[in-house]
Amino acid sequence: MKYVDEFRDPELIERVAREIRRTVDPDYDYRIMEVCGGHTHSIYRHGLRDILPQNIRLVHGPGCPVCVLPMGRVDDGLSVAGQPDTILTAFGDMMRVPGTKGTPLEYKARGCDVRMVYSPLDALRIAQNNPEKHVCFFAIGFETTAPSTALTILRAKAEGVKNFSVFCNHVTILPAIRAILDSPDMRIDGFIGPGHVSTITGCRPYEFIANHYRKPVVISGFEPLDLLEGILMVLRQLRAGQARVENQYRRIVPWNGNGAAMRALADVFELRPYFEWRGLGFISQSALKIKPAFAQYDSEVRFELPGVRVTDPKAAQCGEVLKGVLTPPQCKLFGNACTPEHPIGALMVSSEGACAAYYKYVAKPVEA
Amino acid sequence: MCLAIPGQIVEFSPEQPLLAKVDVAGVKRAINIGLLADEPLELGDWVLIHVGFAMSKIGESEARDQLTMLAALGEDAQAMEEVRGYTFAP
Ligand code: SF4
Repeated sequence: MKYVDEFRDPELIERVAREIRRTVDPDYDYRIMEVCGGHTHSIYRHGLRDILPQNIRLVHGPGCPVCVLPMGRVDDGLSVAGQPDTILTAFGDMMRVPGTKGTPLEYKARGCDVRMVYSPLDALRIAQNNPEKHVCFFAIGFETTAPSTALTILRAKAEGVKNFSVFCNHVTILPAIRAILDSPDMRIDGFIGPGHVSTITGCRPYEFIANHYRKPVVISGFEPLDLLEGILMVLRQLRAGQARVENQYRRIVPWNGNGAAMRALADVFELRPYFEWRGLGFISQSALKIKPAFAQYDSEVRFELPGVRVTDPKAAQCGEVLKGVLTPPQCKLFGNACTPEHPIGALMVSSEGACAAYYKYVAKPVEA
Repeated sequence: MCLAIPGQIVEFSPEQPLLAKVDVAGVKRAINIGLLADEPLELGDWVLIHVGFAMSKIGESEARDQLTMLAALGEDAQAMEEVRGYTFAP
């Protein structure tokens, strides 16, 4: 147990681990999906797989917003950076994600005005400070982040800012989970539900997974103890033949979510009929689009974007890893052609990407 | 990307009702509180911050837990960098 000294309460961890061992059926191979990339990161960082019984496999889900963005969308966003008198702004996570002709950082090195921001409001501020330029914000993220973009667009409108638009790549997690459940090559016994997404959506939206697909969902926090408890709660439901939505992360996640944030989403966005996810293909009603009433803030309306589909480099198996069909080291490029220094896929860029986490904590383990 | 950073509200700004100044481990920055329109906020309250917005109100011990968690995940430095990086408010 590599990171056990970092655990806040090793004894408590050991107690939950023991309880997990008592609860599992030794003759069954469990497949539990942690939906959120933050969970994936924590699982690798803390070596949780070494604590769990061998017959529990944690399958990494699609909950890393950078990782699920297809390369064609990255290219579309970057095509804005090439236009005269424009400034492209993006979160730090996007800066090293490769498009066909390079990463945002490489575009910047070539002389394009690409700037990293920590908040969509910073992008709006840049627009206000540079009235002679157009500022595009490359928006990514799940329900956790989308309300902030919505409020920023409302703010731009309220302040009459005319030189600001958003390239909207916000996605919603539930249709992706549904796609995974409907996929014939995937068997998942239960889910560790996302923590911070649920702060906004609440726990109700997951009920179809329990009611319709008969799979337990436990919304969990990110600490080792949270995750182990979440896994134990899933196992207990499975053992009792139940399927319910439970909230392990009650200290942060309210059952009903954040109403004001959900209203902001509904005010500014509508669902796209379909959207392409890397690895999962086109999923209907899985992404947000800026409503026509706010068209002047929609980069897809203001700019002519190429909108081409780009397939991933042939040997890259990001899609399979994203679906949990392969583990990171099973990708032929892992650790040789694709490393955090020279990433080929986004899963190797984002700290929430399975490949980056595996590379950092498992392939090159830090000595305890 | 999905960092949620705990901060304590230390100041409201009368002329900008959508902003509040928070203290995050000693660093003070203004953040947007528009997503908490449904919750009465008071000085001393703790909130979780994500990309410059308070996304939920939490208790004090939850806030301290969250700070410990960020440290346990090795993301505390990144969180502070993010908070310092907000430039939208004067
Ligand atoms: S190692 Fe690189 S190319 Fe292979 S799946 Fe991971 S990110 Fe994609």
